[in-house]
Amino acid sequence: MADDSIRLHYTVPGDDFTRAGEASADLKSRMKKLGLPPGAIRKVSIALYEGEINLAIHAHGGDIDVEITDDEVRMVLSDQGPGIADISLAMSEGWSTAPDEVRSLGFGAGMGLPNMKKYSDEFDIQSAVGVGTTVTMAVKTA
Amino acid sequence: MTTGELAAACGFTHVTGDGDREIEGIFTGDLLSWAMGRAKEADAWFTVMGNVNTVAVAALADCACAVLCHGAQWDAAAVQKADMQGVELYTTELPEFEASYLAAVTLELAPPEP
Repeated sequence: MADDSIRLHYTVPGDDFTRAGEASADLKSRMKKLGLPPGAIRKVSIALYEGEINLAIHAHGGDIDVEITDDEVRMVLSDQGPGIADISLAMSEGWSTAPDEVRSLGFGAGMGLPNMKKYSDEFDIQSAVGVGTTVTMAVKTA
Repeated sequence: MTTGELAAACGFTHVTGDGDREIEGIFTGDLLSWAMGRAKEADAWFTVMGNVNTVAVAALADCACAVLCHGAQWDAAAVQKADMQGVELYTTELPEFEASYLAAVTLELAPPEP
């Protein structure tokens, strides 16, 4: 772990889709100030926003820990939500358990987890039903 | 071509932003995660979803602007957030296809390969 790494923590409230996005907007602005590459900033923004929306929709909220080091941005999203019974199904494009209310806002297309994986250079998901889910994503910046 | 030039040429109504973003392409669609994953940086985004989440996606995906079609109006919260985040918003009475088509012709975009 680099000594000059930057650590950030965000709490995502459950079921509030107007506030979901605050963490990704904040991280995006910090990455811009640090002069990190625009491509990496875009990847982090998209991956983290999808993660925030997932926490709000499915897990009644959760926590995000970010570490910015010399060569990557690492994000760990953890929740104590219902967990995912079949991770490979949840990872397939178009599969969604989002309620109608969420779909009417334009979410729930079943692209959240696939987008998170697509925009990460490293992606890992661990989940247990009734316990919660932890997603780790890293995006290279150098 | 800038957002302001496109809006003037196509008759889109200005809502927020300075009109100075360069446009390189177009994305049309309403599902936010599709837009998030497939809209490209500097795209003009044509949609009918006028809520605050559209603004969040447009900002994070670095779209040049978002154009609300079919005469729909942006929510007050969306306008406020767009002002804060520097996202350019427009409206048009045109349906999504017609608005996108007009913009594509104006931008002189090459048709896609069949």
